[in-house]
Amino acid sequence: MSGARRWALIEQDRAGTVFLAVLAVLAIASPILNQLVPASSPFHLSAYWLTLIGKYLCYAILAVAIDLIWGFGGILSLGHAAFFALGGYVMGMYLMRQIGARGVYGDPVLPDFMVFLNWQKLPWFWIGFNHFWFALVVIVAVPAALAWVFGWFAFRSRVTGVYFSIITQALSYALMLAFFRNDMGFGGNNGFTDFKEILGFDLHADSTRVALLVITAGVLAAGYLACRAIVDSRAGRLFRAIRDAESRARFLGYRVESYKVWIFAFSAVLAGIAGALYVPQVGIINPSEFSPLNSIEAVIWVAIGGRGTLYGAAAGAVLVNYAKTYFTGALPEVWLYALGTLFVLVTLFLPRGLVGLGTLRRRTLDAGPAALAIWAIRSEVGASLESKLK
Amino acid sequence: MFGTKLQVSWLLIPVLLCGRTALAQPSGGDVAAALSGLREATFIEKEEVVERLSARGDPSVRPVLAALLEDRLFVRQSDQRVFIVKSADDRLTSLDLIDPVSLAGAGSATRDDLAKIGTNNRLRKRLRTLVARFDLSSEDAAVRLAAVAEISRALDAESLALLRTQSALERHAGVKEEIDIGLALAALDTGDSRARLDAIAALAHSLRPPVRNRLASLLERTENGVFAEPDGQVRAAAARAVRAIDRWRAVSRVVEMLFFGLSVGSVLVLVAVGLAVTFGVMGVINMAHGELMMLGAYTTYVMQLALPNHIAASILLAIPAAFLVSGLVGVVLERTIIRFLYGRPLETLLATFGVSLVLQQVVRSVFSANNRSVETPAWMSGTIQVNGALAITVNRLCIILFTLVVFAILQVVLKRTRLGLEIRAVSQNRAMAQAMGIRTNRVDAMTFGLGSGVAGIAGVALSQFTNVGPNLGQSYIISSFMVVVFGGVGSLWGTLVGGLSMGVVDQLLEPYAGAVLAKIFVLVALIVFIQRWPRGLFPQTGRAAESQA
Repeated sequence: MSGARRWALIEQDRAGTVFLAVLAVLAIASPILNQLVPASSPFHLSAYWLTLIGKYLCYAILAVAIDLIWGFGGILSLGHAAFFALGGYVMGMYLMRQIGARGVYGDPVLPDFMVFLNWQKLPWFWIGFNHFWFALVVIVAVPAALAWVFGWFAFRSRVTGVYFSIITQALSYALMLAFFRNDMGFGGNNGFTDFKEILGFDLHADSTRVALLVITAGVLAAGYLACRAIVDSRAGRLFRAIRDAESRARFLGYRVESYKVWIFAFSAVLAGIAGALYVPQVGIINPSEFSPLNSIEAVIWVAIGGRGTLYGAAAGAVLVNYAKTYFTGALPEVWLYALGTLFVLVTLFLPRGLVGLGTLRRRTLDAGPAALAIWAIRSEVGASLESKLK
Repeated sequence: MFGTKLQVSWLLIPVLLCGRTALAQPSGGDVAAALSGLREATFIEKEEVVERLSARGDPSVRPVLAALLEDRLFVRQSDQRVFIVKSADDRLTSLDLIDPVSLAGAGSATRDDLAKIGTNNRLRKRLRTLVARFDLSSEDAAVRLAAVAEISRALDAESLALLRTQSALERHAGVKEEIDIGLALAALDTGDSRARLDAIAALAHSLRPPVRNRLASLLERTENGVFAEPDGQVRAAAARAVRAIDRWRAVSRVVEMLFFGLSVGSVLVLVAVGLAVTFGVMGVINMAHGELMMLGAYTTYVMQLALPNHIAASILLAIPAAFLVSGLVGVVLERTIIRFLYGRPLETLLATFGVSLVLQQVVRSVFSANNRSVETPAWMSGTIQVNGALAITVNRLCIILFTLVVFAILQVVLKRTRLGLEIRAVSQNRAMAQAMGIRTNRVDAMTFGLGSGVAGIAGVALSQFTNVGPNLGQSYIISSFMVVVFGGVGSLWGTLVGGLSMGVVDQLLEPYAGAVLAKIFVLVALIVFIQRWPRGLFPQTGRAAESQA
């Protein structure tokens, strides 16, 4: 596929363009509103909001990564939070080394928790993390390698559907237990925190926060475009064919597992990058990020936003997390009721998520919820038939 | 035969005790006189008084000695008479008095009017031995056992003679064993080679750590290279005995580990078996399964609030109650949400996850976010001592038995009842079942209710050994899915074998790897296993299974 045609496809995709435009506006407006508008002005964007938006965008990258494999490949990973956390931990290792002698114990090489545990020298797997480029390589390499090996074994044995979801969940749980151990050398229970600077820039300065926000928005846009490109490519079409009829694709002579494994690994890398961007902005990483519940929550963002659209996933992540921030502050008791009910309602009535609302409105329904649900099932069947016929 | 022995034993002991003293006939006056001297006596003199009293061998002296040992022997200031106090609890202002001679109630006195008769360590030690000698003729085997243990702690010629007589008379196997071990240990110190060899032969059957250590000490050399035990034959026998003991202790350890593993595995089976119905038979990924267990645990808590004085009854009543509560919630869930999502397992996952969040919050709103404690009935605590090295805790035994019972009932329901037949028919071929006149909608609701109800029962069991709180379910949900997938989806036997073996492997690894690493290892092993055998231990075969794939 030529570059021009790919560009044309993106142009056709109106919602996608809107999504990219919103990101562009965000990337341009937030530095201005934070740096140029005085703090007294009501339009000033505070550091609190900068961090919050940055965090939402990281979640959006994670959601796009999940949507790539779930929405287009039918692979529901309940372990993507693990890749996210791994990326975060690698970035955390770099940030820990940057603290240097400014830690509580003032050791020039060893991070505080190692001094606390009476370790004499840096473990071998910590070597090299004082270099930013090295950390960047590892951020990509670790999730990619884990996802590739895990995916290769799983897809080769034709572990699909629910089974795949459950073993990814187990993987994530095992990693969480492992990172909780002090002997692992990753700070145990407390993880990493108290970071000082990144590449010499103070992490607490507004300017650094703005830069991180802009970079995150850029990565989200790039990640979206990359996923779009994969989906629209020949491999992407085959990927969708595998989702709808895996055996048929295999009998037609395609090596189904190699398509799946590469796209799964790419998705994991994207999740890892999201985690790496997340850590410097929120300032902490600990083993609870591996929690399988986080993975499920991320899947829910995708479902609520609308799977199979990529931009819907990103929108879902931002919306749900904004709602979470709002409710947990204003009405903490209501939050879980609201979130829980939202999951149920979206799954029952909006199988295409909030982005699917547009389609729903066009077919006005005067029937009760049961009929609505039946319609939802039918439209789902129709959608998969459509894609089969394509 | 037993009757005669019994009679002889009761006759002999007083005679034996009395025979050694000149004062064959104790009288109340003597006791009172001896006691009245206690107030001003030094500790040495008190000891003499105590010896004099006990030498009479009159069992009625025992309460006095026990009272002195427990700081319950007082002198009334007003008339200098000595009394036993029923309870010397600090919170009591007025103490109930007992006459030490007649042992009848003697009114009460204020604390100010009473002066305690003090003891020191040496005296207390002597008192314990003396009281134990009286206890040796108690009718209660447990009291005799404690007495033997007490006497064995400090053996002198007198005690040895006593123990030997008791050994010949004793008819309770446990007490006799305890006596023989005490005698044999004493013989090792004092006897000739022949007696030492006999003692070793007797001790070779005991698995207790002190016995093993004592035998091993015979094999040690002192600093100048001389063996602690001069006789080579005795040393060889001791070495053999130590080896035999070590072997049996190793066997006991393995048995204990297996038992622990089975109990851990039983918990896994119990939490997974309901899921085996909803997930295995119906193909619904019920993420709210853990919360249904939580509801069961809270039902137990509520039952205990309702019956605070009948803990055991409340637990037993909680089992059907939890089944009903969780089962009803399950039926409602199925009718309102899950029935719209059949055939789309991943979406049942999302919807039921939402339900689990709501249920957690409901519990938080009703019972607060704090953990609630559920009491355990007395009969469930304690241990059963199998031999010197192996003790089985009753609550672990209970959980294993409970799991097996629940599993058996579930098997019977699925294999022997009309409902079970319909459930299996619908899970194999829905359309055909419907054509045969089975109301599939009703069967779906009942199946889901059954699985949820079993989850509630699991919650009752969980309430006995974990905290009952809103997060109770979350901590078990992942392992229960792993158990079902490992065992083979749709196979109840697979769930049983899978859960038990996961528990055993976990416990076998724990001593080497530590608790967390063992868990991680089990998870990784399961992941690898599923990748090699994606259909689990007991894969379902046949057309129904293939159409699901």
